[in-house]
Amino acid sequence: MEFDVLVVGGGPAGLACAIRLKQLAAAAGRELSVCLLEKGAEIGAHILSGAVFETRALDELIPDWRARGAPLGVPVLRDEVYYFPHESNALRLPGFALPKTMHNAGNYVISLGKLCRWLGSEAEALGVEIFPGFAAAELLIEAGVVTGVVTGELGRAKDGSEKPDYQPGMALKAKYTVFAEGCRGHLGKALIERFDLAAGRDPQHYAIGLKELWEVPAERHEPGLVVHGAGWPLEGNANGGSFLYHGEDNTIAVGLIVDLNYANPYLSPFEEFQRFKQHPVIRRHLAGGRRIAYGARAIAKGGFSSLPKMHFPGGLLIGCDAGTLNFAKIKGSHTAMKSGLIAAETIFAALEQDRAGGRDLVEFETALRASWLYEELYAARNFGAALHRFGTLFGGAFNWIDQNLFGGRLPVTLHDPEPDHMRLKPAAECAPIVYEKPDGVISFDRLSSVFLSNTNHEEDQPAHLKLTDPGLALTVNLARYAAPETRYCPAGVYEIVEEAGGPRLVINAQNCLHCKTCDIKDPGQNIRWLPPEGGGGPVYGAM
Amino acid sequence: MKILVPVKRVIDYNVKARVKADGSGMELANVKMAMNPFDEIAVEEAVRLKEAGVASEIVAVSCGEAKCQEQLRQALALGADRALLVETTVELQPLAVAKLLKAIVDREAPRLVILGKQAIDDDANQTGQMLAALLDWPQATFASKVAVRGEEIEVTREIDGGLETLAMTLPAVVTTDLRLNEPRYATLPNIMKAKKKPLETLTPAELGVDVAPRLATLKVEEPPARKAGVKVASVAELVDKLRHEAKVIP
Amino acid sequence: MSAANKVLVIAEHDNRQLKKATLCTIRCAAQLGEVHLLIAGSGCAAAAEAASQVEGVAKVLCSDDARYAHPLAAALAPLVTSVAHGYSHLLAPATTFGKDLMPRVAAKLDVAQISDVIAIVSPDTFKRPIYAGNGIATVQSRDAIKVLTVRATAFDPAKVGAGGTALIEALAPIDVPAHTRFVGQALAASDRPELTQARVIVSGGRGLGSAENFHLLDKLADKLGAAVGASRAAVDAGFAPNDWQVGQTGKIVAPELYIAVGISGAIQHLAGMKDSKVIVANNKDPEAPIFQVADYGLVADLFQAVPELTAALG
Ligand SMILES: Cc1cc2nc3c(=O)[nH]c(=O)nc-3n(C[C@H](O)[C@H](O)[C@H](O)COP(=O)(O)OP(=O)(O)OC[C@H]3O[C@@H](n4cnc5c(N)ncnc54)[C@H](O)[C@@H]3O)c2cc1C
Ligand SMILES: Cc1cc2nc3c(=O)[nH]c(=O)nc-3n(C[C@H](O)[C@H](O)[C@H](O)COP(=O)(O)OP(=O)(O)OC[C@H]3O[C@@H](n4cnc5c(N)ncnc54)[C@H](O)[C@@H]3O)c2cc1C
Ligand code: SF4
Repeated sequence: MEFDVLVVGGGPAGLACAIRLKQLAAAAGRELSVCLLEKGAEIGAHILSGAVFETRALDELIPDWRARGAPLGVPVLRDEVYYFPHESNALRLPGFALPKTMHNAGNYVISLGKLCRWLGSEAEALGVEIFPGFAAAELLIEAGVVTGVVTGELGRAKDGSEKPDYQPGMALKAKYTVFAEGCRGHLGKALIERFDLAAGRDPQHYAIGLKELWEVPAERHEPGLVVHGAGWPLEGNANGGSFLYHGEDNTIAVGLIVDLNYANPYLSPFEEFQRFKQHPVIRRHLAGGRRIAYGARAIAKGGFSSLPKMHFPGGLLIGCDAGTLNFAKIKGSHTAMKSGLIAAETIFAALEQDRAGGRDLVEFETALRASWLYEELYAARNFGAALHRFGTLFGGAFNWIDQNLFGGRLPVTLHDPEPDHMRLKPAAECAPIVYEKPDGVISFDRLSSVFLSNTNHEEDQPAHLKLTDPGLALTVNLARYAAPETRYCPAGVYEIVEEAGGPRLVINAQNCLHCKTCDIKDPGQNIRWLPPEGGGGPVYGAM
Repeated sequence: MKILVPVKRVIDYNVKARVKADGSGMELANVKMAMNPFDEIAVEEAVRLKEAGVASEIVAVSCGEAKCQEQLRQALALGADRALLVETTVELQPLAVAKLLKAIVDREAPRLVILGKQAIDDDANQTGQMLAALLDWPQATFASKVAVRGEEIEVTREIDGGLETLAMTLPAVVTTDLRLNEPRYATLPNIMKAKKKPLETLTPAELGVDVAPRLATLKVEEPPARKAGVKVASVAELVDKLRHEAKVIP
Repeated sequence: MSAANKVLVIAEHDNRQLKKATLCTIRCAAQLGEVHLLIAGSGCAAAAEAASQVEGVAKVLCSDDARYAHPLAAALAPLVTSVAHGYSHLLAPATTFGKDLMPRVAAKLDVAQISDVIAIVSPDTFKRPIYAGNGIATVQSRDAIKVLTVRATAFDPAKVGAGGTALIEALAPIDVPAHTRFVGQALAASDRPELTQARVIVSGGRGLGSAENFHLLDKLADKLGAAVGASRAAVDAGFAPNDWQVGQTGKIVAPELYIAVGISGAIQHLAGMKDSKVIVANNKDPEAPIFQVADYGLVADLFQAVPELTAALG
């Protein structure tokens, strides 16, 4: 099948791009076929975010979003920021002490999943062909030009044989293909390698964000309250931060973001998150409530210095697939959308000039540099690196000076040249971390958490988590690093089982949340995440 | 032969249903919906009968809100030829659905109606039987095998403790059980084609059916959580308790 | 409850005696009012005789005729509806028999049917599970005749042979439609019942350690006439076949007795067996979550406990 434009991924970036393309075509009276593939069972099923949302890009995309019923019901009314020195006390930072980027007046507390579902219906109404439940599995490259993708095959059994209802993957071709898979897209990764898009840039840096949704009694709910925190439980072990947002319908989104450059292989982001919720400042928000959802997703936070080239022959790489998140604000949806808008405008103009497509859209770079997106990312460029280099306190101080006094224009650029997976220390050099047992009220175990993600995968299919060299699981990962994948995976996919013949790595692929952390953090880059059968993975409701 | 396949829009099988905080029902806001899995099996069986040359046309029908169109489109992508939506926002109970389906049967005159044995939301397991009663047609519930031979249909049913086989003269109603077949995937080209297949919308009033609910749901609660029992010190104590306290072994 | 309530229970039987689920339904019916029992069969006098001895049964209606040799819904529904108007409630067990028949009866009477009743709140208000047991709905019927199927595990069986002797009244058969013909029946002959229908299940987890060790459970299951189940971890490790898996993505079971051996009790496993009547857990880890749902927990090495238990069952 052939389309004018193919979009891979139905997150804010991909949907904004598809919608803008159709708007431009309609305004110009042109026929333009736009197809969007989404591996989740429906649009929004794999979307997990905070989220405090800045409307700047949405205002540009759909100026009358309010009238059209966009699900942005809760304006931010109050900001609280804490530094947690340890497990029981907290320093509330006064407003003036915060980097400007942490002020949220004018923003909205939203579910990004819900927003994406709404954008999806807007896109469909404009004629975008949306196919949820279909993953783009492989790149189609002809004579050095990306000409589309091949969708994942369906109906292959665990043992590799074809089941009776086997369906091979399908080639979908397009004049231009836009990759918007979000953080650590497996095709984005392949494109960066194939076209050497990261040449001369810092390596991308990542974090894992874990999130729960709670329903709390109405009298304890303050819609529009936004709480950010840093420090305990991560200080010393790792960097990161926390969020707690009071949203719609008596729900609270609570989450912990753990930078993936942590060193101690015994660290478990999941357990840190469970521990974090026990802090009195956080606990008091959740007390008396019930947890209704859980999930996790990696975040590409390298920002400006890590941003790869986003164009290549036949297509563009946008949103978090490239790394357009503003880490100073921990916000990436408005920037992802903006990159989608620029992509759409670039592609539409290119097709107006030459219907054939397949060109390397170098002008995208110019358009990007001229946009507020570039300005924003440039201003935030030192934020993450400062925290990495100087820690939360001193890095935070640097960021305050940089963001408040200089508006991000301090004439230095900090770099962080070491990829996250190289930062793990051998287990022998680290102290094991003992985590408390869950109390079943505020803290929970991993499997009961995964239960609330609604994740599932057809059992009879090959595991979608591949080890390039299966032997390394024991000889390196276990022997040297005490099997860190059993801890950083937020879904308990990896287990070391002691058997008569010795230890063995079990991969429970069915549990996977598609967060991509293993693909990022594995010390030997030996674990590869590949798309499972379409429709598999979490089914997030309002994450 | 024409086959009618009723399909229901229900909560997705993978989504954990939870009771609303106010006890008024189950939480369905922001919940992914899908075709009832047993109905998917019904569609598949109809498509197989068509592929085998037994059926000539498959009509999918759904009763409920406008969004049921999504499930009808899926039925069309899986191989149904056209679709009917009986649109209403009234809460539909099995008897009302059976009456709507009877009205559709009167219009469409299918020789066979295949539907799921139960929907995974209300778990009622009634609609097929009620429809058969209203039509005075034979019924075969819990089908795990279906064979059409001329004017007769032979159905193997999964009953408690084994299997039972019935032969019925057509027209008939069959409800599907899990092992009847494994539904196929909807392919991309078929999903695209489905968008162009005919989908007609009707209302209960047009069909002359009163769909007012007969049962009132007073409240919905969470099931009582199981409590931890006792730890026994030995196998002997366990056997004693099972025999004399729980009375579950002789 | 109101003396005006008269309840007709449609019996599931094998012509000789009542099925246990019928006895449970009688116990449920007794909460509503005077209980009559309808037995339709061929050569079913013995069953009627037995039924007349059951505690709580005031009258037995017996329709003994070759037409009722097989319990076909299309044949039985007209018989039931012919007597229905003398009753406030019609009940049958929520088995494949009752579920096949009662909706057909209800539709003929133009009344709603209420499936899988687990509690009687009042003569017109009942509790039943919905959404695979994730919610318990309390529903009220406005119909003159309430047609219910009753979940057997929610009610104890009525006592047999303990009651007085109820009157047995013959009921004339009614013409049955010619459109349905019984072809045959294959009742599971194997001594190992099917998982979803077993009264007792012995289930093994990764603690068993190997496919060979799983045979330990076979021996225990043989003693108990039980089916054997497994956790996903055990299935994935190749200790047990796929279709033994109990849980969220396996079978959902609710036997009278579920014995979990070497299973940690992850929520996904519990999702498949938490409605069992009695749960026994054997695990060597006293902190294993399975103990939070087990009625009887045995903290012990399974390699000792299971053979010992098998032996103790004589
Ligand atoms: C815990 C957490 C908190 C956050 N908080 C905020 C916040 O408060 N405010 C804010 O603005 N941002 C926040 N972000 C960041 C924000 O969510 C992301 O920047 C944004 O979602 C990026 O959008 P995207 O479209 O690039 O990618 P995504 O949102 O990741 O969407 C990508 C989509 O593509 C699909 N996909 C991927 N690969 C394929 C494939 N091969 N084939 C088909 N489909 C594919 C995915 O399933 C997914 O639906 C947060 C992120 C996290 C994890
Ligand atoms: C989407 C999804 C679907 C799933 N579906 C299912 C499902 O349908 N069914 C299911 O079961 N799981 C399912 N799971 C997996 C589930 O989360 C657990 O991983 C699984 O149930 C664990 O199996 P287990 O208890 O046998 O193994 P483990 O958790 O490894 O437990 C083994 C237990 O054996 C005990 N033990 C070890 N040796 C001995 C001994 N000698 N004597 C006594 N005790 C001993 C240990 O103490 C331990 O408690 C699913 C998970 C997901 C995410
Ligand atoms: S297997 Fe990898 S991608 Fe899946 S949940 Fe675990 S860490 Fe995330």
